[in-house]
Amino acid sequence: MQLTAIQRILGLLLMLFSTTMLPPILVSAFYADGFHLSFLLGFALTLVTGLVLWLPAHRVRKELRLRDGFVVVVLFWTVLSLFGALPFAVGAEPNLSITDAVFESFSGLTTTGATVITGLDHLPPSLLYYRQQLQWLGGMGIIVLAVAILPMLGIGGMQLYRAETPGPMKDNKLTPRITETAKALWYIYLGLTISCALAYWLAGMSLFDAVGHAFSTVAIGGFSTHDASMGYYSNMPQIELVAIIFMLLSGVNFALHFLAWRGKNLNPYLHDAEFKTYITVLSIIAVITTFYLHMNATFDDFTRALLHGTFQVVSIGTTTGFTTSNYSLWPGFLPVLLLFSSFIGGCAGSTGGGMKVIRFLLLLKQGMREISRLVHPNAVIPIKIGGKPLPDKVIDSVWGFFATYVAIFSLLLLLMMVVGLDQVTAFSAVAATMNNLGPGLGDVALSYASLPDFAKWVLCFAMLLGRLEIFTLLVLLSPAFWRK
Amino acid sequence: MKIIILGAGQVGTSLANHLASEANDITVIDSDSKRLQELQDRLDLRTVAGHASHPDVLRRAGAEDADMIIAVTNSDETNMVACQVAFTLFRTPTKIARVRAQDYLQYPELFSQESLPIDVMISPEQLVTDYIYRLIEHPGALQVLDFSGGRVQLVAVKAYYGGPLVGHELRTLRDHMPGVQTRVAAIYRRGRALNPEGNTVIEADDEVFFIAAKKDIRAVMSELRRLEKPVKRVIIAGGGNIGTRLAKALEPHFQVKLIDHNAPRTVTISEELERTIVLHGDAADEDLLLEENIEDTDVFCALTNDDEANILSAMLAKRLGARKVMALINRAAYVDLVESGDIDIAISPPQATIGSLLAHVRRGDVVMVHSLRRGAAEAIEAIAHGDQYSSKVVGRAIEDIKLPQGTTIGAIVRGDEVLIAHHDTVIEAEDHVLLFVVDKKRIPDVERLFQVGITFL
Repeated sequence: MQLTAIQRILGLLLMLFSTTMLPPILVSAFYADGFHLSFLLGFALTLVTGLVLWLPAHRVRKELRLRDGFVVVVLFWTVLSLFGALPFAVGAEPNLSITDAVFESFSGLTTTGATVITGLDHLPPSLLYYRQQLQWLGGMGIIVLAVAILPMLGIGGMQLYRAETPGPMKDNKLTPRITETAKALWYIYLGLTISCALAYWLAGMSLFDAVGHAFSTVAIGGFSTHDASMGYYSNMPQIELVAIIFMLLSGVNFALHFLAWRGKNLNPYLHDAEFKTYITVLSIIAVITTFYLHMNATFDDFTRALLHGTFQVVSIGTTTGFTTSNYSLWPGFLPVLLLFSSFIGGCAGSTGGGMKVIRFLLLLKQGMREISRLVHPNAVIPIKIGGKPLPDKVIDSVWGFFATYVAIFSLLLLLMMVVGLDQVTAFSAVAATMNNLGPGLGDVALSYASLPDFAKWVLCFAMLLGRLEIFTLLVLLSPAFWRK
Repeated sequence: MKIIILGAGQVGTSLANHLASEANDITVIDSDSKRLQELQDRLDLRTVAGHASHPDVLRRAGAEDADMIIAVTNSDETNMVACQVAFTLFRTPTKIARVRAQDYLQYPELFSQESLPIDVMISPEQLVTDYIYRLIEHPGALQVLDFSGGRVQLVAVKAYYGGPLVGHELRTLRDHMPGVQTRVAAIYRRGRALNPEGNTVIEADDEVFFIAAKKDIRAVMSELRRLEKPVKRVIIAGGGNIGTRLAKALEPHFQVKLIDHNAPRTVTISEELERTIVLHGDAADEDLLLEENIEDTDVFCALTNDDEANILSAMLAKRLGARKVMALINRAAYVDLVESGDIDIAISPPQATIGSLLAHVRRGDVVMVHSLRRGAAEAIEAIAHGDQYSSKVVGRAIEDIKLPQGTTIGAIVRGDEVLIAHHDTVIEAEDHVLLFVVDKKRIPDVERLFQVGITFL
């Protein structure tokens, strides 16, 4: 373990992160909400801590090893989340306890979108802006993490696309150098954000809301500047449409965006098995939801059922977590169906959460293979994605991931029930945080404020687990990792 | 004609065999001198041992005044380089090469005169695959051969009791099927050719060759035998080149299962194929066949490279209830042996591939040659050139053409139009004429018929 090297990187990161407290100060000055002190304090504290960490180690020029990579990635999220909580904790508003501030910050940076704050509409604009920006930064981190860094550590859905997998996705290491890849993805991310903000603005949002919501849409986060989330704009259906489109786009593997952008055509999308499954699954759930809503006459007319149904399916399915109407009060099985769809989540290499579509697709194919093996005991049946066979190693790792996911899910669910949550709340809270979705059902449908502190910490852990594709975090907890 | 054949493998040997019997000067090059010795003992030809693409070896084989080289070694690269060498150093007029790898074939510009000067590319596996595919497409046919890019087909069927035409004169054919144009090109009864006339009566067990446009084939076949149900389920034994290609061609339209005994090979095949069920096991394993519902299988194709295994597994499949079985048989002697027994169709790869080469050996403008009845008969697609003064066929009605004995004109393709031959059909210049020659000895007469006189230059 190269502790000094890690310390240097962490110090750098913190100093970099401290600068993200500066834009909210500008916002504060612009709106004259008198809230700039919290950010100044946060900025100073973060910067100083960063300097203190960095200065003693800044001459160290050691190469990071694979193991250090895990530590850096995990620290990146935990430490930044802790320092990101500063502006929530120190100010007079929203007057959060430390637990709540940390929860909010974790939820932001992991792009989950679960909130403990109520009365968003009355918060100072600078703080609202800061929340949205946290999600945006988190989303950016995830893209770089998922596409560029995790594959190097050998973890994550993108691992499926690594060099050993033949086929069109072979060049999924998009450019030869990781910094170039990160830069390309950053441009796409920025491009998506700007177009999303413009679209929201043209559709009728105020500029402040448009930018804020674009931040949380493209990051598949789900924070809003209003208590009613997207429901605030329920009289403007075009905004919901814009949101649907950009949530869908952000849930797609960014490598596909990159390939399409570089090749100037749509073929990468059309030939990608994961993308096709993603669209198919969401469409099927949207159709079911729309008709069920219509038959139960939840909404007055069919178009409204179609719009709200589709919006909610895309929002939950991609694990964004925007809401227009309180979907937890929808009839019968719909809330549960939607919650389940969040387990599938977005595509690998997107800002979406959940287990990722590619894993779902592989599990499905594996299941079908077992069935046909019973019919044809002598058959040799490979598992293929997009016509290309996958090595058994990949399939094994997907099974391992799925089993661990379920096991940890059950464990956390039990923990939630230990502290006294009812079953629906416990289940949905764990699902919504582990899948980085946001709003749950029952007591956590709107806000997580009512949960006991212990539950909030556990859920913070769940968000981190989900965000880091479980194994990155679990590996740090294994004794073998720390053995010299 | 002076021909150099590179490679004394299966295709090379059968080519040499076929061509040597037609008064051609054949030289065979191979690196295996023992194999060459065997060949030389058996056939009237010359052999040269050495690497087939080396200029020195080619010169020793007489490349300087050769009319044609046929590169059929088992290496694509050797074949291509040999053609290049022959072109650059020896200016050989006709260069034919076997190129198997799909990757090369995807880029036809590679094989232009400026880059790799190969005049004709043959892919024996592809030819055999196409051949089997057509048989599966037309259940009941013994042979289906394409002319003019598939617009016209020559089909061989065995007449059975119950076919409406069996026991009737040929001329009643038109009354049976008013809308359908067809012509019976030859009839074989107990192994001997009959010259089909209007008053010839078709008997059961006759092997009838008829020519018709592709869309009419089914209707004509229904006249000669009870029509078989279209094929749905196919089992292929042997996942070699041919088996895999066939499965690939069949899988969009049929339910295909493929059996191979080589475990790593099955993995490769299963990755290559989309819908085919690839099974690992022995094709002659009764339990495996029963497990895979052999009794409901429409066609069982044994396509391994082992003749005996093919024959045995096909016989087993037939006994277990497969509706129709085919076996790939390389040895000519086995072909006769087997077709009288349980096996419905014996596929002889040399037979299926030789035709595409013969077209280039023949004089006159011959587009396509199909070798039939183990080389005894031939179906030829030739283009008529010249005018009624310089040519022996252009401007004449079919009844006025002095056809060699045992030769019939079956059809004429004019542009996109298919004309089934009648006695009064007049042949025009640039028509594609389809002839059926019962006796191979008459081929030179037919070649002469289509050569343009000296005055036409």
